Amino acid sequence: MDNKISIKAAHKTFGEGERSIVALQKVDLDIARNEFVTFVGASGCGKSTLLRCIGGLETLSSGSIDVDGMPISGPGVDRAMVFQHYSLYPWLTVMDNIKFTRQLQAGREDLTSADVEAASGRADALLDLMGLTHVRDAYPNQLSGGMQQRVAIARALLPRPQILLMDEPFGALDAQTREVMHDLILHVSKLEKTTIVFVTHDVEEAIYLGQRVVVMAPRPGRIDSICPVELPAKRDQDMKLSPEFMQQKKAILHRIRETAGMRTDYELLERMTRQAEQQNDMQ
Amino acid sequence: MSSRHNIFSRWNGLWVIRGHLSSRTYLMFALVGMLLPLAAWWGVSVSGWMDKVFMPGPVDVLSRTYVWFKEDDLMHDVWISTYRVIAGFSLSAVLAIPLGLMIGTYRPVQAMLEPLTDFIRYMPAVAFIPLVMLWVGIDESSKIAIIFIGTFFQMVLMVAEDVRRVPITQIEAAQTMGASRREIISLVIVPSAKPALLDTLRVTMGWAWTYLVVAELVAANSGLGYSILRAQRFMQTDKIFAGIILIGLIGLAIDQLFRWLHRKNFPWMYKK
Ligand SMILES: Nc1ncnc2c1ncn2[C@@H]1O[C@H](COP(=O)(O)OP(=O)(O)OP(=O)(O)O)[C@@H](O)[C@H]1O
Ligand SMILES: [Mg+2]
Repeated sequence: MDNKISIKAAHKTFGEGERSIVALQKVDLDIARNEFVTFVGASGCGKSTLLRCIGGLETLSSGSIDVDGMPISGPGVDRAMVFQHYSLYPWLTVMDNIKFTRQLQAGREDLTSADVEAASGRADALLDLMGLTHVRDAYPNQLSGGMQQRVAIARALLPRPQILLMDEPFGALDAQTREVMHDLILHVSKLEKTTIVFVTHDVEEAIYLGQRVVVMAPRPGRIDSICPVELPAKRDQDMKLSPEFMQQKKAILHRIRETAGMRTDYELLERMTRQAEQQNDMQ
Repeated sequence: MSSRHNIFSRWNGLWVIRGHLSSRTYLMFALVGMLLPLAAWWGVSVSGWMDKVFMPGPVDVLSRTYVWFKEDDLMHDVWISTYRVIAGFSLSAVLAIPLGLMIGTYRPVQAMLEPLTDFIRYMPAVAFIPLVMLWVGIDESSKIAIIFIGTFFQMVLMVAEDVRRVPITQIEAAQTMGASRREIISLVIVPSAKPALLDTLRVTMGWAWTYLVVAELVAANSGLGYSILRAQRFMQTDKIFAGIILIGLIGLAIDQLFRWLHRKNFPWMYKK
């Protein structure tokens, strides 16, 4: 049993009666230790909900989520979470944000002074790794979105979490910053043996990062299919142009389009074009 | 031609929506805003349009203030009124902040106390005067009690609102980092809401001053509000003016003090 996370028949309903929404229906999934799993799917298919359930921020209506064979009860230090945005503390400097966990009792239990020393060194190392050394004393609102997100990741990594949950962490970043962040997070995953669950809208990102891509479908939110990624373990940016990559991207996009229940209405577009042309002709 | 165009475009530039002003231009507009009413007031008073009894001029008011200061112990009135306001206000704040914090944090506390507070808030504080006199008497504490009643309930609701405005992701981030409930309150909710709380205090301080005059209706024999009310009995309009302006000036000074505290304590909000 080397499953880090084990999701069994997970069910989540929001609201009651007629207006209730089934956000997760019969979700079964095992995630191995040190695996990197990515989730994609149309908007509203329950990706965030599932992630928040693993994080303990939301409780399942039925079913269970085990971590190391133990059912979870609420949030815990072993599962760090990186949100899409606005989760940094604007009144703390970059360094104090990263060290936030060290103010908490939970992280301080049975800690020797050597551990404290080591943690301090780790904060500096993370700062360096994330390329934030020059802004260590700045406040979050003085930083660009990309830098803020790097701070959030460093903060999540400080207590060496065994699991890292990320909900569209790079959604607001430009393409270049994203690529840098991708390689960084892969590096972290390899270096720290962290199990990473990563939610995104971007199929390319999902394939590049994930060892498996889980495609979810909406109404009700459920797992549609699971695609193992057949790329060499050591990724590099050029792989995104390889035929295998393209092939897989196409297949996944196709699945998402199929399940989204929303597609381009070519007929309507054509009709609108014809109307516009007629009006032009009349003038 | 081009210079006229230039002036025109600069003038236009001032009216950019949410635009920027240099501090010199800002000061200029602020001075115009302050001096124009003063000039108008002075103009009306020297024109003789209105009887001096109804409309004393700036000079009359100034000289009356001087007489008040020299012969009627103005400083004592200022001191006692400020004391009442600060005492009533502090009492409100000391109770309202923890209460508002609890209401904004815990749903059951909110359900139990918020509708009640909302209800009491709409009761006119002035109407409590007879009760306050019966219960508290007519000494200093009754004036403080009125200011307290006038500010406390509003303050509780505003503090609760400030606390509720703390972004949920800030709280959830702390939860996923293993923070306990107490830690979330002391390390996230309080520091996050602090700037808004200080603003709430600044605004309610203004209300405390408006309740001062009401409070000094209650068998007071000193204070700025009391002096204004007494001046009315003797038709000393210049003294009424002086009292009102003094309250305004003290209020302005305290307001500026709060703003200074804000800049001092929350440097991260002013850095960009
Ligand atoms: N707190 C909530 N209360 C009620 N309904 C909710 C709540 N959170 C999520 N939902 C609903 O559950 C469904 C799944 O939402 P979720 O946020 O998990 O989707 P998602 O896959 O993350 O979507 P997106 O890609 O847009 O982020 C949606 O229909 C949403 O409206
Ligand atoms: Mg989402």
